[in-house]
Amino acid sequence: MSVEYVKTDETLPPVAVVERPRWTPTKIVIWVAIALIAAIGWVMVAFVRGENLSASWFVAAAVGSYLIAFRFYAKFIEWKICRPDPSRATPAELKDNGRDFTPTDRRVLFGHHFAAISGAGPLVGPILAAQMGYLPGTLWIIFGVIIAGGVQDYMVLYFSMRRNGRSLGQMARDELGRVGGFIASVGILLIMTILIAVLGVVIINALAESPWGVFSIAMTIPIAVFMGVYMRYLRPGRVIETSVIGVALLVLAIIAGGWVHNNPVWAEVFHLDKTTLAWCLMIYGFFAAVLPVWVLLAPRDYLSTFMKIGTIVLLAVGILVVNPTVQMPAVTEFASNTSGPAFAGALFPFLFITIACGALSGFHALISSGTTPKLIEKESQARLIGYGGMLMESFVAIMALVAAVCLDKGIYFAMNAAEPLTGGTPQGAADFINNSLGMSGVQTSAEYLDQAAKDVGEESIISRTGGAPTLAMGMAHILHNVFGGPAWMSFWYHFAVMFEALFILTTIDAGTRVARFMLGDALGNFIPKFRDPSWNIGAWITTIVMVGAWGSILLMGVTDPLGGINTLFPLFGISNQLLAAIALAVVFALVCKSGYAKYAWIPGIPLVWDLAVTMTASWQKIFSSDPKLGYWAQHFAYRDAVAAGETSLGTTEGVEAMNAVVRNTFIQGTLSIIFAVVVLMVVVMALWAAFKSITAREPLPTTEEPYRPTRRFAPAGLIATKAEKEVQAQWDKLEPSAVRQREHS
Amino acid sequence: MSTSTSGTATPASTVVHRIAAPFRAVHWYLKEVMGENAYLHYLESFERRHGTRDGAMGEREFWRDLTDEQDRNPKVRCC
Repeated sequence: MSVEYVKTDETLPPVAVVERPRWTPTKIVIWVAIALIAAIGWVMVAFVRGENLSASWFVAAAVGSYLIAFRFYAKFIEWKICRPDPSRATPAELKDNGRDFTPTDRRVLFGHHFAAISGAGPLVGPILAAQMGYLPGTLWIIFGVIIAGGVQDYMVLYFSMRRNGRSLGQMARDELGRVGGFIASVGILLIMTILIAVLGVVIINALAESPWGVFSIAMTIPIAVFMGVYMRYLRPGRVIETSVIGVALLVLAIIAGGWVHNNPVWAEVFHLDKTTLAWCLMIYGFFAAVLPVWVLLAPRDYLSTFMKIGTIVLLAVGILVVNPTVQMPAVTEFASNTSGPAFAGALFPFLFITIACGALSGFHALISSGTTPKLIEKESQARLIGYGGMLMESFVAIMALVAAVCLDKGIYFAMNAAEPLTGGTPQGAADFINNSLGMSGVQTSAEYLDQAAKDVGEESIISRTGGAPTLAMGMAHILHNVFGGPAWMSFWYHFAVMFEALFILTTIDAGTRVARFMLGDALGNFIPKFRDPSWNIGAWITTIVMVGAWGSILLMGVTDPLGGINTLFPLFGISNQLLAAIALAVVFALVCKSGYAKYAWIPGIPLVWDLAVTMTASWQKIFSSDPKLGYWAQHFAYRDAVAAGETSLGTTEGVEAMNAVVRNTFIQGTLSIIFAVVVLMVVVMALWAAFKSITAREPLPTTEEPYRPTRRFAPAGLIATKAEKEVQAQWDKLEPSAVRQREHS
Repeated sequence: MSTSTSGTATPASTVVHRIAAPFRAVHWYLKEVMGENAYLHYLESFERRHGTRDGAMGEREFWRDLTDEQDRNPKVRCC
């Protein structure tokens, strides 16, 4: 082993320890063992077809593969492209303000980054994708994160860190020019709007006609306000104390939801239909975006982070202890045809669209640029935080998939087939599943489905689409075995619904607020007053515009005669992955510009793959002549039917409903076109920028910040080595004044 | 992670210390990730920049300012 101590100032201890460990027999044995565990896990998941495949094999395949990818592939990217400089000061050190720029312990920053990137997304997509069987989803989640998602998050984080933490939009402007930057920013805003709307549809599908759910979620608002007041006036800074009180109240709200459910008067009050809930959500979104952060957003964020850590640990413990048996086949009929009930379309491209978060999520680029890079202590830690954080999210997605595929198949399809198919009744669902589902080996009965609903304290579980209720069902089935027994199933179900709603509401709150600022910024080009954040009328106008934008899509989704989620979720996935295309294209241009064109395939492969997926999906959504798949085919089919004076088409009854389909498909089809065109323009501009930098005679001017030596020490990776601990001890002995940053001349 | 050991440790207290260590680590991590130590880190940062903690915001003022700052610069939360 060679150990090199990096110094930037003779009066200070070393700022970094560069160690090049040799391969020792012990290490080789450990890595061979990890590889074997992964391999056995994969063999069991991919090839062995028995009756009793247990969930722990998924964990083995996933964790083993993650470790190998992190140690070898991410390290390869680090060596070949990122090349972290141990003597270079990061923006956190240079622009330290104790706030958004401040050096943060790598383990803590990993937690912050993970909490920011991961929400309801990785919990929803894999559930829907389970209709194609467990294998396609598992393969994509694990290999997708290794080749695509981790690469995107890591490289965006890295490039942004070298540019003072500039945002993706700003980097696009720097690299692609003003027009490219503007188009990218418009794309980001549009995509955020659709993401918020679809998350809203997911949560409304879980809450509609569920007094228990509506009551407990409604209670989170007064709970959050109470926490806000508590922290602002009574106990400032007591984050954990406040969160524990909040969670206790939340649990109480879930239990009280059971009383509401059983009380005919109160059950009626909280029994709300989808349209009413959509309006509630819009009104809530408006207030959450204009009220001061301390009232609602900050306490909700604390609550959400606390619950995130808690539930992920809970789910992991549940899966490992209960080790449930998989019910779903490896590959179902829906993987090879286009008629799956949860979402339409063939495996390629729609599986890769449906599972975005957990494999490749463009939204992460907004956090990997702008937020996290301003907090990193050492450049070498970007791999742990960017790539490692994404691996963690992928693991959450695997757990969600496991929860879904271990559910009874009848329950799974009864919950995920849209209402026009099941008629919304247990008998209708049983008839549909037994007779016309189009998948062999699934049998159920109305009594069984009815009992399943009763077990979790719901009136009905039929056509509870959107993924969230199915995950809640899966979690309830797993967790009641560890905690509480059958009597606790309804608690765990509503607990799961609650935390998904919490994550989604946090995303909606924060997303609306950020979108409002982005819009204000854009309008500021024409009316400068919009840039003034203290101008209340401007804030209200921009908020109303943004809430109106996602709210109208939300209303469209929840009233859609064809089921909403199955038509809108693809748009969610497509837009998220299109955002990834923008991020990967910018990264691709940057890699070429940095002189590493030889390794441009590292972001290039995921970029090409992502473009193939999103463009095929967009193409089919726009041009497919199959009305189940193509928005426009459906649009024209319904328009013609209405024009011909017909009063029903397929499962849609009544002219009003048919007109709604005409309207909805028009909007969905138009959005599909706009998204695809915007992204293609950005990608072409990025390729042009890359081409220019490769063919330029002299290197093009860099957008990287100039090198400044660091005056700070931190371990390079997750675990501090012996030499690093010794150096840390030397730093701990120093007087703060000795470390103080000297004025840069 | 602050794990201070007082001078003369009896074997019994060492054992207790060892057993408590993972719990302390979890508590430390939870506090950090949840942001409970934000004020502490602000003071450290202030001292790095100014060489003294004089003139730094008081605790109450800091927490107010923290959320007010988020009003001006909202952060995205992902899906």
